[in-house]
Amino acid sequence: MIIETRSLHKAYGKHTALRDVSIGVRPGTTLGIVGESGSGKSTVARLMAGLERPTSGEVLLDGVPLPKRGRALRAARRRLGFVFQDPYASLDPRFTLEQIVGEPLRAHGLWQDGGRDRVDELLRAVGMGGIDPRSRAGEFSGGQRQRLCVARAIATRPHLVICDEPTSALDVSVQAQILNLLLDLQESLGVSYVLISHDIDVVRRMSDDIVVMRSGEVRESGPCTEVLADPRDEYTRTLLDAMPGRRGQEIR
Amino acid sequence: MSAPVSIEGLTVAYGDQVSLHDVSLDVPAGTVLALVGESGSGKSTLAHAASRLLPPNARILGGTISVGGTDMAALTGHELRSARGSTVAYLPQDALAALNPVMRIGRQIAEVFTAANGRSDAAEMAVEMLRRVSIRDPGQVARKYPHQLSGGMRQRVMIAIALAHRPQLLIADEPTTALDVTVQAEVLELVAELQRDTGVTVIWITHDLSVVKEIADTVAVLYGGRVAEHCAADELFAAARHPYTLGLLGSFGGARTAAPKERFTAIPGSPPLRGGVPGCPFHPRCTRAEDRCRSEAPPLLGGVACHVVAREATGTGAGETGMTA
Repeated sequence: MIIETRSLHKAYGKHTALRDVSIGVRPGTTLGIVGESGSGKSTVARLMAGLERPTSGEVLLDGVPLPKRGRALRAARRRLGFVFQDPYASLDPRFTLEQIVGEPLRAHGLWQDGGRDRVDELLRAVGMGGIDPRSRAGEFSGGQRQRLCVARAIATRPHLVICDEPTSALDVSVQAQILNLLLDLQESLGVSYVLISHDIDVVRRMSDDIVVMRSGEVRESGPCTEVLADPRDEYTRTLLDAMPGRRGQEIR
Repeated sequence: MSAPVSIEGLTVAYGDQVSLHDVSLDVPAGTVLALVGESGSGKSTLAHAASRLLPPNARILGGTISVGGTDMAALTGHELRSARGSTVAYLPQDALAALNPVMRIGRQIAEVFTAANGRSDAAEMAVEMLRRVSIRDPGQVARKYPHQLSGGMRQRVMIAIALAHRPQLLIADEPTTALDVTVQAEVLELVAELQRDTGVTVIWITHDLSVVKEIADTVAVLYGGRVAEHCAADELFAAARHPYTLGLLGSFGGARTAAPKERFTAIPGSPPLRGGVPGCPFHPRCTRAEDRCRSEAPPLLGGVACHVVAREATGTGAGETGMTA
């Protein structure tokens, strides 16, 4: 497993956000996490990335417990990328493309080692090759900004990229471009993904394995095709049934 | 309460930026029109224009918005005040922002009745409205504040307020976008049921084609401030013709049957920002664009606004494209 959680527990005060969550991502594959608001899917992502610490339980990255703090945690984060939901909120519009994409390289002391060339390479990889790296993020559309976020996420050649609703803030006609980009990068780089989404149809097409969460607990998990073809959990069925455009249809 | 809605040549601008160009739409009485579009399409501008809730910097430059014979675009003063809500009711996306946080739910609904005719039984009427939107224990909910309710409950309260006016036209501006899918399904069902019971005509705005399938009789696809396609909902899913509509359907249409990791059919580029594109607004992203598409905006002919589709339909100039048929 690239990343694995063991009996992850997270409480905010009296509120339990996660209860006994044990999931894992196989190398080179995508794990889709679906659930509604309050299901804990984003909390799992934040704990996996070491952005927050679990109340109990642990996260194993490449088989080794994720350090809790300090230099060791920073070093481990080099092997993780993160793509957030809103590319307008997660990019400083005054930063140049080079500053944005080069930031993780600088943060991890990799800039001296051909940083500028690496930025060009990354911009090409996300389909923004012809664009001047000195242009500012604020000049670009939502789809292009999300491409920049993807370039930033893969800058340090991580084994795992966590994508938290990467297309929810984008226009419908642009979403497919970003999903294709993620699929292409997985094929060429062999990167693994955790894909968090409320859209089961997107998860179905993007993922090898799936986890269905509700109220901080894992309700069902397994290979995507099996779980969605024959859901055993009542809630998974409810969720599939509620997807607009398919209500009243039989779930097979 | 059933009233036909007819929008003719509606043009709306923010300052000198035209965001809705010469839009014409018909909604038969008692039916649901889904208005589909993404950012910059003009869908919210149309919603605000028809409910006369445009911000002060926006102007209706031309056209009519006829709701059961009343031209909403021409009303002013007292007539406009009484038409808002009772002729056209508006259901917003964000119920929490629309509700007064420091006023009990019951009173917010009762206001509709007291404002309209000073009814003394307004409080009981408010509870009755909560019952009609299938809220359990309506008497208790009427005494609560908005923050004490879930997102789905708040949207039900908004529906109660909108329908309390007994409007002829209900404009729903993405009211389920912020809700979870299971709650969205309940709200869609509720609106469909109330629509059947009251016969109110509905314009439902959305960016989500799968929602269209759920509730719409007819559909209009907006792109870059113009109508790209306008037809029966069934027809759109069976035989869409505009390249943009086909692109949208193609991107996610096969999601259930596609092989794992199969690439999505993407439309290149991004939607245009407000105004600005000469010719057909979709031409910079269209794989079928021709010279004419770059200079001249196509008229809406037989439900579709596309030079290429129109030419193929009439068979003129078939020499150029006959090979591909």
